[in-house]
Amino acid sequence: MSNAIELRGVEKSFGITKVIQNISLSIAQGERHALIGPNGAGKSTTFNLISGYMRPTSGSILLRGEEISGLRPFQINRRGLSRSFQVTNVFTNMTVWENLRCAVLWATGHRYAFWKNVDKLPEVRERTAQILEDIHLTSRRDMPAGLLTYAEQRALEIGITIAGGANVILLDEPTAGMSHAETERAVALIRRLTEGRTLLIVEHDMSVVFGLADRISVLVYGQVIASGTPEEIRGNPKVKEAYLGEEAA
Amino acid sequence: MTDLASRVAPPRPALSDRLKFYGIWIATALTLLLLPKIFASGGSLTTFSLVGISIIFALSYNILLGQTGMLSFGHAVYYGLGGFLAIHAINLLGGNKWPIPLPLVPLIGGVAGLFFAALIGWVMTQRSGTAFAMISLGLAELVASSALILRTFFGGEAGISANRTKLFKLFGLNFGPQIQIYYLVAAWTLIAIIAMYALTRTPLGRMCNAVRDNPERVQFVGYDPHVVRYLAFCFSGFFAGIAGALAAINFEIANSAYLGAVQSGTVLFAAYIGGIGFFIGPIVGAIFVTILSLGLSDLTHVWQLYFGLFFIAVVMFTPGGITGLMMMHRPLLRAGMLTQMLPSYLLAALPTLALVTGLMLMIETTVHYTVNPGESPHIKAFGIPFNAASPLTWTISAVLIVAGFVLARLAWARVGHTWDTTLTAARAKVHAR
Repeated sequence: MSNAIELRGVEKSFGITKVIQNISLSIAQGERHALIGPNGAGKSTTFNLISGYMRPTSGSILLRGEEISGLRPFQINRRGLSRSFQVTNVFTNMTVWENLRCAVLWATGHRYAFWKNVDKLPEVRERTAQILEDIHLTSRRDMPAGLLTYAEQRALEIGITIAGGANVILLDEPTAGMSHAETERAVALIRRLTEGRTLLIVEHDMSVVFGLADRISVLVYGQVIASGTPEEIRGNPKVKEAYLGEEAA
Repeated sequence: MTDLASRVAPPRPALSDRLKFYGIWIATALTLLLLPKIFASGGSLTTFSLVGISIIFALSYNILLGQTGMLSFGHAVYYGLGGFLAIHAINLLGGNKWPIPLPLVPLIGGVAGLFFAALIGWVMTQRSGTAFAMISLGLAELVASSALILRTFFGGEAGISANRTKLFKLFGLNFGPQIQIYYLVAAWTLIAIIAMYALTRTPLGRMCNAVRDNPERVQFVGYDPHVVRYLAFCFSGFFAGIAGALAAINFEIANSAYLGAVQSGTVLFAAYIGGIGFFIGPIVGAIFVTILSLGLSDLTHVWQLYFGLFFIAVVMFTPGGITGLMMMHRPLLRAGMLTQMLPSYLLAALPTLALVTGLMLMIETTVHYTVNPGESPHIKAFGIPFNAASPLTWTISAVLIVAGFVLARLAWARVGHTWDTTLTAARAKVHAR
């Protein structure tokens, strides 16, 4: 079985600055994989490269064995990869219901249809309702997304990400800025919603990382310095020096 | 329908809601049908026809601006090309006695608008925002100037005229009298409004709004925002073409003014003044702007100046347009507290009116001295005669402006305060029910 995501010698430069230098990374199907590293290590850039938001300068990126580097974000999304954003990125003037429905429409095959009434598509209704209940925003259904609380917007962000039914999910700091209780709820939500899917998550909260991930990769200065199970990473001296050590000091 | 969807999804509209919904459309149709019975003069029939054309055009514009977030400065291109194609079609159909009646000619205009939008749009809709606005402006200038160069197609300065009565006659209608043109425009207006409303309720229509709100995120739910913008642009061109064809039928002429910057600007005015955030906004705006421009041009020479000032006032003080202003009052209406706002509105209206009167007096006096300085200073504007040379006029104007401005500011601040307290009370009242 091919890996869900595989990066082979991926590099990214902006001008003469090399932000990502030669990353190779494999994430097996069904695995929950965390990407950690200090600020500016290139975690978000890696996400941007995988999701097609940026093109790698060199190297190749495979999604279930299929080359995706150079494809546009929507083409990658249609192949079953979906991502969330670090800064909440929703359709602010539309209601929560409409936000989720937009994320369901392509996956249910309605594409650019202009001959169907969007309110009369039973499978769209069904799936949107399912996601709405999953992210516990049923009571906010008719509220414009821009008026939700921060934690609710983060939940909606995750809802939009998973609504299309993608098999590979990338979450960029889903609990950033949340209180302790909110973080716990968000982690439970992520655990439940990514059941049976592949998850790649960037996260700063180490309790979230070690509680959720099957495997962890550590990124420092645009390079993967270690990759392994939480136990292996915890015991790795290079990681301790470059990252965890810094945290402890 | 499963248990989950029926519990969580928005409820299906109740019978009463559906009756209300269809009732509005039937009422609109009846209004269009009965309007000529109430205002039967030829002048008002022409006005109504122009209003109908303007409604279609403004709604087509709002597919771009309000629905998809694309600010176009050249929408008249598709209106104008629709108009020219319609004129050529009328000449061709009438000359060859082909069995296509006049009521189908707007469709030819629509297809022309669609064709040119499809041709040009792919490159234009690559980006939204400033790039799109600039390209639309440049393209509009290009087409407008070629209208004066390609004389065989556009007819130069004079334009191209046609005789609409020579076409194949269906049910013996020759479309000579204005009343027949009115009903033709009214029927097309109703069809176009329904079609454009229906479009907003489709998957594409919803994704247009998503592209307007956040084109970046749209890419990560599987959609290409470029394709969404392009399709919106094509639909917009189609309906603009229908409007242009109806205008050509109404005037029996198409000329370069159809394609020009003024036409492009007017439709932007109409949509924005009406309110781009609501489907009915451009309808309200088109009615308002068309009637105002016809009425104002009789009252003063510089009506376009007033028009521009009014537009600036709308952009600055009520960016939601007329419709946005009305919708703002819905919570108060529901709570039955609208009357509580009345005293402070009246209080604010008085100095505002004084300020506006002072400004108008100043404008008309200035216009007299700059445009016709040699003529008699006893001038007439808005039907009111006054002496532009009299110091009294100047003093009154200055006093009205200064006092009006100061008092209006105070009064509107009071309105804001009353508004906040009334709205809070209204929300609490509705909540308590």
